[in-house]
Amino acid sequence: MAEEIKLMKGNEAIAHAAIRYGVDGYFGYPITPQSEIMETLMEEKPWETTGMVVLQAESEVSAINMVYGGAACGKRVMTSSSSPGISLKQEGISYMAGAELPGLIINIMRGGPGLGTIQPSQADYFQTVKGGGHGDYRLITLAPASVQEMADHVALGFDLSFKYNNPAMILSDGVIGQMMEKVVLPEQKSRKTEEEIRKEQPWASLGKPANRDRNVVTSLELDSYLMEQKNVRFQEKYKLIEENEVLYEAIMCDDADYIIVAFGSAARVSQKAIQLAREEGIKVGLFRPITLWPYPSKQLNSYKDKVKGMLSVELNAGQMIEDVKLAVECKVPVEHFGRLGGIVPTPQEVLNALKEKLIK
Amino acid sequence: MNTIDIIKPENKVYGKPTLMNDNAMHYCPGCSHGVVHKLIAEVIEDMGMAETTIGIAPVGCAVFAYNYLDIDWIEAAHGRAPAIATAAKRLNPEKMVFTYQGDGDLAAIGTAETIHACNRGENIVIVFINNAIYGMTGGQMAPTTLLDMKTATCPYGRNVALNGYPLKISDLLAQLEGTCLVTRETVHTAAAIKKAKKMLRKAFENAMAGKGTSVVEFVSTCASGWKMTPDQANKWMVANMLPMYPLGVLKEKE
Repeated sequence: MAEEIKLMKGNEAIAHAAIRYGVDGYFGYPITPQSEIMETLMEEKPWETTGMVVLQAESEVSAINMVYGGAACGKRVMTSSSSPGISLKQEGISYMAGAELPGLIINIMRGGPGLGTIQPSQADYFQTVKGGGHGDYRLITLAPASVQEMADHVALGFDLSFKYNNPAMILSDGVIGQMMEKVVLPEQKSRKTEEEIRKEQPWASLGKPANRDRNVVTSLELDSYLMEQKNVRFQEKYKLIEENEVLYEAIMCDDADYIIVAFGSAARVSQKAIQLAREEGIKVGLFRPITLWPYPSKQLNSYKDKVKGMLSVELNAGQMIEDVKLAVECKVPVEHFGRLGGIVPTPQEVLNALKEKLIK
Repeated sequence: MNTIDIIKPENKVYGKPTLMNDNAMHYCPGCSHGVVHKLIAEVIEDMGMAETTIGIAPVGCAVFAYNYLDIDWIEAAHGRAPAIATAAKRLNPEKMVFTYQGDGDLAAIGTAETIHACNRGENIVIVFINNAIYGMTGGQMAPTTLLDMKTATCPYGRNVALNGYPLKISDLLAQLEGTCLVTRETVHTAAAIKKAKKMLRKAFENAMAGKGTSVVEFVSTCASGWKMTPDQANKWMVANMLPMYPLGVLKEKE
């Protein structure tokens, strides 16, 4: 398949991008608002074209462990879900981090806690970038703000997860998942052959040839001294990712008196809000982290002496604001504005909040 | 004739399978794991599939199964081995994929994964060690623990009102369309070992022939957990376990 321009939903873009990236397997379980990902894959029948395996698992727990199993064979495997389902996948994500397995997990967030609502939310920020599963691990987290980025982040997520042997997540929500936009789909990449996998992922359990030791994919190490060394190595790897893989977008931040910090759908709303502010003569910029972990702390820090305040706009009760405050070392006033439980604020509400909380 | 004259290749009648590593086993004396490991090693070796087999190791006592069998392994979280095996096999249909699971792993925390992998008819082998107790965590009650049997978490004996009934999960799995072979074996006598090996071989052949899921249950001993000597454990198993979990083929599809 050649490069192609199409109009589609964010969820559909992920499915098409996955096939074109040469993904080996998708394992998922339906949950609103992301079911179109598996539905699109099933409709496209990639097993007939690229050989991609698509399987509806019996649960989210099973789906993430299928991803673990596929990844342990060195394959490009992925799953998708929404907030309550992602909670169930946390065990598997922790195991993948512990076994240093690459793989892509997509979270199209909805409002919670619990069963919550099916409407969009960003309430899983803490769960994703601060932990979620057990143990000291980090999850590479990408926050697309358009249908195009939903497609692009599939490739980016896989590339980063294979570069560092660490799972990656696309953290999006029902707004980006369900909205329709123009998207450029990339050219078809071929799936890796077993020979290529054996060369590029020599740790993969694909059957032991006579000329090497057996491969064991595991997160277990009962010797605490060795386990500590392993954890120290993980932390060094995470530091390397923080140094090299930060992505962000700064819109009209250079002359700004105020900066709105927002990701994903909140950034889309805020982009309109900064336009409204500028029309009123208030110089506001938008700083949009694209990687939520690694967080663009240094880049955000560079604005701390130039602005009068920052507003963290999130579809939650205030989670990313902690990272904003840490980034600017509390040297600039930082406030939060968010709507909860699946409500998306209007650009005018964002602007009003900025005025009330920072300009007064 | 002295010993040197006897130790000659042509006189050899039995040896350790080459796929068994020389690592000292951590299993307790009298435990069935060692014998079952050996049978799996022999079957893989006999089938010439050492280079194309992927084992899925469980949690529990057999968590270190990968130390003893010289093949590639994937270590699973508790109960998730059938899900991992599902993906490993579907993404590598030409490989031989098997799980090795205890009663807690397969019949408690992983019941959903077990039932659904079997129901989908995944072309894998599930090796199921049933010793009616949680060995590694210190002898607590398992789903398969017998009525009145004492464990750390049913110290007065398993009681129906408190703990429900022993779970005959292989009988349940035999009802599913996706399973092609469900059999219950044991390894406490030479004859039993011979028969068990035959069934294991059949299970691995089924997986490669794409016939569906094969489940080979081994009614096993846990001398330590049962607080018995190895000999007492074997006798207790025959007298108490086998009436509840009778040996033999529960299902075989042609």
